[in-house]
Parts: sequence; structure tokens; C-alpha cells
Amino acid sequence: MSTVEPTSPVVQESSQTSVAPSHGHAVSTAGRLSTFLSTYVFSKDHKVIGLQFLFSTLLWFLVGGLLALAVRWQVAWPWSDVPVLGKLFAQQGGQMAPEFYTMLFTMHATVMIFLVIIPILAGAFGNFLIPLMIGADDMAFPTLNMLSYWFMWPAFFAFGASFFVEGGAASSGWTSYPTLATNVNSSPGSGWGQTLWLVGLTFVGVSSMLGSVNYMTTIILMRAPGMTMFRLPMTIWAMFITAVLQAFALPVLTAAGFMQLADRTIGTGFFSPEGNIVNNAMAGAGGGQPLLWQHLFWFYSHPAVYIMILPAMGMVSDILTTFARKPLFGYRPMVYSVAGIAGLGFIVWGHHMFMSGMNPALGVTFMVSTMMIALPSAVKTFNWLGTIWGGRIQLTTSMLFALSFVSMFIIGGLSGIFMAATPVDIFIHDTYFIVAHFHYVLFAGTAMGVWAAIYFWFPKMFGRTMNEFWGKVHFFLTFVFLNGTFFTMHILGAVGFPRRLADAYHYETFHHLQPLNAFMTYCAIGMVATQIIFAVNFFWSMFYGPVAGRNPWNANTLEWTAPSPPGHGNFDYQPVVYRGPYEYSVPGIEGDHLMQTDPPNRAAAAAAAAAH
Amino acid sequence: MKRFAAVFWSLLFLSVPVLGVATFIVGPAYDIWLPRDVSEHGAAVDGLFYFILALTGVVFIATEMVLFWFIWKYDESKSNGPGRYVHGSHTLEVVWTIIPAAVLLFLAIYQMNTWADVKMRRPNMTPTVEVVGRQFEWRLRYPGRDGMLGTPDDLHLVNDLHLPIDEDILIQLKSMDVLHSFFLPNVRIKQDAVPGMKIPVWFKAREEGVFDIVCAELCGWGHYKMKGRVTFEPREAFDRWLEQKYAEQEATQPSVSDVALASGALPQTNQFANNEP
Repeated sequence: MSTVEPTSPVVQESSQTSVAPSHGHAVSTAGRLSTFLSTYVFSKDHKVIGLQFLFSTLLWFLVGGLLALAVRWQVAWPWSDVPVLGKLFAQQGGQMAPEFYTMLFTMHATVMIFLVIIPILAGAFGNFLIPLMIGADDMAFPTLNMLSYWFMWPAFFAFGASFFVEGGAASSGWTSYPTLATNVNSSPGSGWGQTLWLVGLTFVGVSSMLGSVNYMTTIILMRAPGMTMFRLPMTIWAMFITAVLQAFALPVLTAAGFMQLADRTIGTGFFSPEGNIVNNAMAGAGGGQPLLWQHLFWFYSHPAVYIMILPAMGMVSDILTTFARKPLFGYRPMVYSVAGIAGLGFIVWGHHMFMSGMNPALGVTFMVSTMMIALPSAVKTFNWLGTIWGGRIQLTTSMLFALSFVSMFIIGGLSGIFMAATPVDIFIHDTYFIVAHFHYVLFAGTAMGVWAAIYFWFPKMFGRTMNEFWGKVHFFLTFVFLNGTFFTMHILGAVGFPRRLADAYHYETFHHLQPLNAFMTYCAIGMVATQIIFAVNFFWSMFYGPVAGRNPWNANTLEWTAPSPPGHGNFDYQPVVYRGPYEYSVPGIEGDHLMQTDPPNRAAAAAAAAAH
Repeated sequence: MKRFAAVFWSLLFLSVPVLGVATFIVGPAYDIWLPRDVSEHGAAVDGLFYFILALTGVVFIATEMVLFWFIWKYDESKSNGPGRYVHGSHTLEVVWTIIPAAVLLFLAIYQMNTWADVKMRRPNMTPTVEVVGRQFEWRLRYPGRDGMLGTPDDLHLVNDLHLPIDEDILIQLKSMDVLHSFFLPNVRIKQDAVPGMKIPVWFKAREEGVFDIVCAELCGWGHYKMKGRVTFEPREAFDRWLEQKYAEQEATQPSVSDVALASGALPQTNQFANNEP
């Protein structure tokens, strides 16, 4: 290993900043404003961008949660007066119109997927953690990084504004299947709302793409001396593979989005068959195929499912090892299974289309690949269990969320096998069984992983720790309510209760399911209300929480060697890496762990001392 | 106090498999379970459902119990000394890769036959009825006396599907406007109707009765009310019903010349035939 110059660019930069005030009293208000703007608003610092993503996505998380409650209200008590929001629908006598309900679940999914889960994982945690965990002073392309955040804003405006245009926001489902989505006459939300939806989606895509290019380059080129690929923490491996997935899958969705936009605005017919008449109005040119959109959409959106879970898996792996005080069980199998999920993730998209009219023989091949993708997920689960086996588990709030990620991911993973089995899918496709499945993966999985990560890295972000007691209250209530809401969906799906119906109780098959749905809605209300505890804890701790040192959890990875919060340029000295990230409970040393930067002579000295 | 907390949290994780299993016991007791199956192939579908339920149930209980047990046993308050310094086990990795792989592969092959029966081995016959999805109704067309679809003597109905039991049924599924999905919960049949495509759907009903036709693919604001009913009855009853409906149609349908004289427009019933792709 080469010796490292003590004067890193970081130190030089910080000395320059300290010189800056020598311009003295000449700094005008405008100057101060521009400093403020470049520091907090148009910042190129990956940490500020990460936090910008974090705050924006948490805000949209609230919006998405409230949309979910409105959906749940209608499912539990159809056509009853809506509390609080009822005043908004005065023209319907305080009740929800069915077209409003379709808009609600479309936008709930859209907001949660495109404005919360994807950007909170890649945007917030990817940005904040990648340079810190690989020992770089910033991203490879800071300007691109800044743009990746600011390209989210046109999307925020497009999705937000779509609620106020004539006909309301998009209401053809987050999947936007033609011809419902392509034909402007097919439903009220298929007008301007759908166009704005496509515009918003494109901007989200651009943002993701800018981020993904940046993450790949940074991880490949900017690792600290000694940080080989197989010394990377799982978080970084997951972020890296997620970035690769995004880079290869996203262009397809962007292209498909433009095709749908063209179908809607300039009369092309990529997705409409000839002579298609919707609502007594002729569709565009025709000659297209509605199934083409489904193929293109799922070619992105299936890998996107892994974009929405892999980073959480990575972060949970790091949190589990830290609080179990144990090395990660099977580091390489864990890396290979993430890569395996990503590789297989590109050839399973057809399992969303078993009932779509796609050739059933093709469905068989997708079924086999889908069955096989359960394998790397199983390997990961076993390795997580192996990690906590024989550990010395510290049940912090972060650890509880991480353990619940494992517990809930087991449910989400296993319920997937039902849908993968094509004959069973005939019955449960588009029922609440699938709703249960993806909420177990995305909410009970990813969102719990995100909370684990927030409690874990909060000290690094703000220099203070969050309140543990209220954190545990938040965990307990969220855990109980989420299972009350989502576990019951499995048996609802077993009855065949279809998703996306504003009122299903007029069907003989489903009329007895209202009490169960009411129970689920009570749990959902409790779940959203519980987040008040989180919000108060988050903001209170930001200012008044106990001050954290550099390494409050005695973790090993590089970010814990930097100050909390790290200044511009991250490290006050150049980190040099001597080992992998999971050296916990190392025998024969002082303390119980070796950080990645601890020089080898410390370990050797300890071993020698032990020998005497 | 610390031990108390550890016991509390590990029991919370234990409640997942306990309440999880309980849900699957209490649900069926309140009739919140698979609806009655009246089809011939449904037993195979349900059998596969139960098989996967048993398989995943065992894995679910086992892994959740292990998780509970590890939290219970290895919590720091039990002070078992430092954590084990173990980086993994090659043997274990091989074992827990190969066993699930074999099980999943078996499951993949095991189900193929049922899938082929329901979706690939189409009976060689002319369609019994054509079902066309349209916002927000199921339009039905039975071949008239000539036994052929698309001829002037077709019988047109809406939402009220009747089919004979104990014989092969072949439905030709189409959509006029947007995607719909023809879902018969009691027959374990679901198939999307796609504009521009004619998709065959076949099954055999074993029991008489009247059941729901549900639209299972979002088709617009009125998706929830796109409801039909299917009546399964013996062949003689079905033939009688068909005759009666046919007579009703002939009686109410004005001849082309009458309407043309009255309004100068073509009768509504012909509009659909003109939309044939």
C-alpha cells in the first residue's frame, strides 16, 4: 500500500474557505444570498443533496400516506361521507366519486414508487452514503448530482399540478395501461392528468439516470486506497448494482413514455389497435398493440422492484452486523445473490402479464425464471439469520427495524411464490393477494429498512442521535399496525377480492368482507398517525438530541471515521482501508471491533499481547 | 430491565408466525377463504394453492421461529460473552442454495401441466359464446341457429351469461375499448380482454348455480360496477333459455325497413356488427 500524502485536497479546500471571509465587510446581502443558495439550495455537496432528497421524499411520503388513507376509507365504507376531506367534494355531497377513487389509488402508487421509495433509497441514502462509505470527498460529477435533485422538481410540479387540472390527476393505475391511458376520452383522468403524469415520469427518469451514472462512476473510480471491491460494505454493493439496473432498464421506460405521449398528443398508434373506439370516440391512428406497452413498462418496472429493495437489503445487512457485533455471514454469497437478483431481474418481467393475453407458452418460461429468482432472496435471508446467530445483539431502534425487515421480507418473499405459480395466479392475479405481497416487500420491507437506516445514520447526518424510547414506540406501533393492515390482505386475496374496485360489496362473492376491510382501515389510520411520533422525534432530535461522536454505534465502515456531521470534503484525513467492513467481535484485541481504517499493526500488537 | 426489554421484543417477533398462522385459521372459519369452486380444473388450481401454502407455511414458521429464537438467546443481556467470530460457512451456503433450488425447480415443473390444461390445450370446437368487454358491461353474443358467430341471426345479450354444465365451453373473449379482465371466481378463470385481440377461454362447469362475473382489470371510473352473472344449468334448461331469449330478440327487434322509415338511421343492434375488426 502506498503512503498517503497528508495534505489531501480536502484540507486545502477547507483552508480556502477559511480565507474567504477576508473579503470582509464587502460581502453584500446579495453575496450572502448567493452563498446561502450555493450552500443549501443549489449545493453540489453530496451530503446536502442527499438530505434534500431525504426531506423531499419524506414530505411526499406523507402525501402518499394520506392518499392511502383516502383509498382505505372508500374500500372500508364505500360512498359514506369522507371526514375532513369531504368538504372538497361538495358537489358529490361529501362523498367520493368513483373516478376520484381511481385517481387516488393511481396517485398513491405513483407518489410512493416514483417520489418516495426510488428517490429515498438511491437519492437520499445513495447520495449521502456512497462517498462517505468508500472514502471519497464527493461524487465524481457534483454538478450532475445537483441536477439529479433539481430534475425532481419538474416532476413534483407535474404530479402535484395534475390534481388540479380538468378531470383530475392520472387515473389509469400507476401502470398506465393503454388503451385506457392512451385514449383521452376513456376516463376523466385520461386527459391532462395523464399527460402530466407522463411528463413527471420522464423527469423522474432523467433524475434517476443522472444519479445512476454518477454512482457507478464514483464507486468504480473514487474508492479510498485499499478499498477493493470485495472490501465494500453491502450498502455500497447494493447501490452499485441498483445503479447498473437503472442505467440499463430506465431508457426503455423513457422511450415507452414518449411513445405513449405521442399516442396521446400527435395521433400515433403505438399502443392502440385499429378501429379502437372508447366511450364512443375513435382512438388515434391504430395499428398498434396494447400489450407492447405492458412489455416495455414491465421491462423497466420489474427491475425497478429490485431498485426499490436492494439498497434496503444492503443497509439492513450493515445494520444487522453492527448491532449483532458479528461479521456478516457469507459476504461473498451475499454479493453474488444481489448480482443474481439483478441479472435474473431482467428476464422475469413477463410474470406481471400471465393473464394479459401474452402467449401462454411464453408465460411458462417467465414462470421458471421467476421461480428461480426466489433463490438468491432465500440465500440472503438465510445469511441474515446466520449473521445474528451467536451474536451479541443490541436491540436499538435501528436494529429492531432491521430485524423486522428480515421478518417481513420473509413474508413478502414467500407470498411471491403463489403468484409465480401460473395456475394459482389465474385466481389471485389482480386481487388483494398481490396487494399484500408488494406491500410486504415495499412497505414492511423497504420502508422498515429505510427507518432502520434513518435511525442508524441520523447521527452522521445531523451530529445528534434520535430519541431511543420514542423510536421504539414508533417501531412497535408501526410494526403492529402494518401487520394488521397488510397481513389480512392475504386472506382477502384468497377470496378473490379484486384490487382497484371502488365498491366490491355488491358482488355476492365479496359482500361479507366489509368488516375485515374496516378493521384494516382502522389499522392503516393508526399506522399513519404513528408517524407523527417519528416526525416529532426526527425534528426534535435534529436540534436537541444528544450530541453523537464520530462513531456512536462502534461501527466499522469509513463514514464513522469522519466528523458528525462531516464537513465539506467529508474526511479530515485521507482514510486508508486495511480490511473488510465486518470485523466485529475479533478475538484477542482491545475492544471488540476493527474499523476498516485501523492500521494492521494495531491488530498485530493486540495479537502479540494476547500471546504473552 | 434490559432482559425484560429483550424478552418483550423477541416475543413481538414470535407473534408474527403465531398470529400469521392464526389468521389463516380464523379467516376460513368466517368464510373468508377460497370461494366455492364449480369447475373441473379448479381442483388442480386449488390443490396447487394448498400445496404452496403448506410449503411456504413450513418455511415461514421455521424461519420466523429461528429469528425469534436468535433474538431471545443472543441478546446482549444474556451476556453469552463476545459474538462468534465467524465469516460464513461454505457447506451451509451450498446446502441452503441447493435445497431451495431443487424445491423451486420441482414446483416450476409440477405446475406446468395445470397451466397447459387451462391456457394452452384449447378444445377443438367452435366458440360457445363471444364475450366482449365494453365500459362498463359484458356484451354477449351467442351463435344463432346456424351455429356461427358473426351472422345476422346472432343472439345479443348483456351481462346475463348462461352456460351448460358438464360440457366443454369455449369463450371467445374480446374488448371493444380498453382492457378488461374476465374473472369468474367460482370457476378459477381469469383472462384479460385486450382490444384488437381474440382470446380463447375454456373450462367445464360441474355444478349448477348463479355466480359473479367480475372485471379484474382497471377499465375506467365505472370499473367497480362492471358486473355480470353467469348461470350454469343442464343442457336442456340452457337450450330452453336460449330459445326463449332468441324469441324475445326476434319479437322486439324491428326490421331494418321500419326503423329506416321512422328515423332514417340504422338500428342500434347493427352498430356492434359494424365494429368488427
